[in-house]
Amino acid sequence: MPKLKPEDLDKIAEKVKRTTLLREGEGRMRLMVHMGTCGIAAGARTVMKTLLGEIEANDVKDVLVTASSCAGLCSREPMMTVEVPDQPPVKYVDLTSDKVKEIFSKHIMGGEVVSEFALAQGSERML
Amino acid sequence: MVHRAHAMICTCTNCVSNGSLRVKGALEEEIKKQHLQDDVKVVPTGASGLCVKGPILVVQPEGIFYQLLTVEDVPHLVEEHFLKGRPVKSLMYVPPGEEAPIPNIRDIPFFKNQRLIALRNRGLIDPDEIEEYIARDGYKALAKALTSMTPEEVIEEVKASGLRGRGGGGFPTGRKWELCRASSETPKYIICNADEGDPGAFMDRSVLEADPHSVIEGMTIGAYAMGGTQGYIYVRVEYPLAIKRMIRAVEQAREYGLLGEDIFGSGFDFDLDVFQGAGAFVCGEETSLIASIEGRPPEPRMRPPYPAQSGLWGKPTNINNVETWANVPVIINWGAKWFAEIGTDTSKGTKVFSLAGNVNNAGLVEVPMGITLREIVYDIGGGIPHGKTLKAVQTGGPSGGFIPGDLLDLSVDYDRLQEAGAIMGSGGMIVVDENTCMVDMAKYFLEFTTSESCGRCNACREGLQAMYQILTDICAGKGKEGDIELLEELAPAVKDASLCALGRTAPNPVLTTLRYFKDEYEAHIKEQRCPAGVCKALIEYSIDPEKCKACMLCVKNCPEGAIFGEEKQPQTINQEKCIKCGLCRDVCKFEAVKVQ
Repeated sequence: MPKLKPEDLDKIAEKVKRTTLLREGEGRMRLMVHMGTCGIAAGARTVMKTLLGEIEANDVKDVLVTASSCAGLCSREPMMTVEVPDQPPVKYVDLTSDKVKEIFSKHIMGGEVVSEFALAQGSERML
Repeated sequence: MVHRAHAMICTCTNCVSNGSLRVKGALEEEIKKQHLQDDVKVVPTGASGLCVKGPILVVQPEGIFYQLLTVEDVPHLVEEHFLKGRPVKSLMYVPPGEEAPIPNIRDIPFFKNQRLIALRNRGLIDPDEIEEYIARDGYKALAKALTSMTPEEVIEEVKASGLRGRGGGGFPTGRKWELCRASSETPKYIICNADEGDPGAFMDRSVLEADPHSVIEGMTIGAYAMGGTQGYIYVRVEYPLAIKRMIRAVEQAREYGLLGEDIFGSGFDFDLDVFQGAGAFVCGEETSLIASIEGRPPEPRMRPPYPAQSGLWGKPTNINNVETWANVPVIINWGAKWFAEIGTDTSKGTKVFSLAGNVNNAGLVEVPMGITLREIVYDIGGGIPHGKTLKAVQTGGPSGGFIPGDLLDLSVDYDRLQEAGAIMGSGGMIVVDENTCMVDMAKYFLEFTTSESCGRCNACREGLQAMYQILTDICAGKGKEGDIELLEELAPAVKDASLCALGRTAPNPVLTTLRYFKDEYEAHIKEQRCPAGVCKALIEYSIDPEKCKACMLCVKNCPEGAIFGEEKQPQTINQEKCIKCGLCRDVCKFEAVKVQ
């Protein structure tokens, strides 16, 4: 290992932060893959793998991915909810690996909702 | 490799002794079994602070806090949370006296009300990976100091920050560095005092275990400022995990060129070694510590000359405590002005405390100076268990004193604590409730200092022994008229005629209990009564016939068979058989067992 120079610190930090950023618990977007029994049976794991793969391939650092439970619409699984602070969440349904890639490039990278795969914007009323 | 979740499992000494390594193993195994190893990464971290609830697991990015985990909990947890995304409520933190759990670590009052500077990386990085430290601005302060600041500028910055020694003395750190820099002799030595010895205190251990590089970076910056070339981290051998992590951290820092010759290409050389002390309380005193590194018996010597002029092997030496060193990189990175805005006029920044004793959330807390004891005990500590009332808070360990409950709004800084007769100390904080006998507590601390006295000074060796004997007699019901006066006379004598801080502070627990709880001493001596019901020679257990429901629970639990009576009638205790263990009182559901 060669001796570090001051500018090497930022390079190491950049590299490691990609993997540790999620420990801060903040991002510009949160992607929730619904992984209830129904979701997993319908292929939620593939959706999750594709998402993580896209994040790595595109070197995205400010998006969090979490698993969540069944959203209630089991017949339309696999589902994913995209949450952006101060905006109504978007629920995508009947996902496949290809659809996820398209959503990733258009919505997550481009900020544009892919309405043909989306079920609805917004959530149920709570309490 | 990008994961969607990091399972941050605490591997501090507390959690490890509660089985966190087994839980970690089970987690890894179960995650593999569910084919989630590409999704979820298990990261070992240092102490999260809420040590009484260990083993602790924090799942990020959601920040879900799990406590008191067992290996048996793991399969359910992995399936529910990691696979199906349903956090497991039954394993979460529930505030004292409430029923609903708090899922997120950021919402738990214990964590929310703290401010982390020295412990900034606790629970967030793997202490064995230098790159994770670097990713959290690690070694940036060192780079800044070496490339853009002169040694004098570094000292000015530390002086301006108002940082004072966190080991207990509270001496201004920048001033100490300046004195060492002014010495013309070479080589100069830089020492980290990690000989933490207060009973119940583990601040330094936690920093070493959770974030060893913060200490290395702070020491290297100090060495640059003072012109030091060799450093020692003096850790007591009772801290095997801290030693292991520190040695690994030093090796990694060397490998990355952050220790050794020509650091960052600046021409500055500095190296560090970990020195394992055999664990004597007196080694926390700097001249004894130096003697110990030199291979001599750890006994203090006269000062001056101070170590800044003549320390290790007669050369200029600077010693700071672990927590002090861990603050240094932040001060250089963020600036003295930022640091000096936290805290009070005379005490800047934050302080780490080991919160222990009769408090719900025992653990490790870091709070801004100036916070009140009440906030620490009630807001962060969650109050006193079993609805009892607080009697006193002890700060500073065996060298400190007791602060009574009615001074709970006292602000925590070096000077206010001193005025109240206690000291900041290195950060032990023991909360005691109404069922604690203050004479007995003073006796406990004196027993510790008596056995840890190195024996060099007559006053400390003999004086403490004499005071301990008096306290033992008082607790045994053999106290006599004049004992209090004798204690009051002995205490200042021991303080005045001892060389080092051990002897100079050892009478503090007696002095503060005499100052605030003299009535308890008097009750022991004059009335042969222990008001808190602790000292066995002075108490008697009895059963209130009005309250006794004849449930026989006490009869079943009494180890001596000392409780008797007819069926369905109030029971009685046979005083000759009773060993005063208190079990009957603990099991009674009707508060019928009384202590007098």
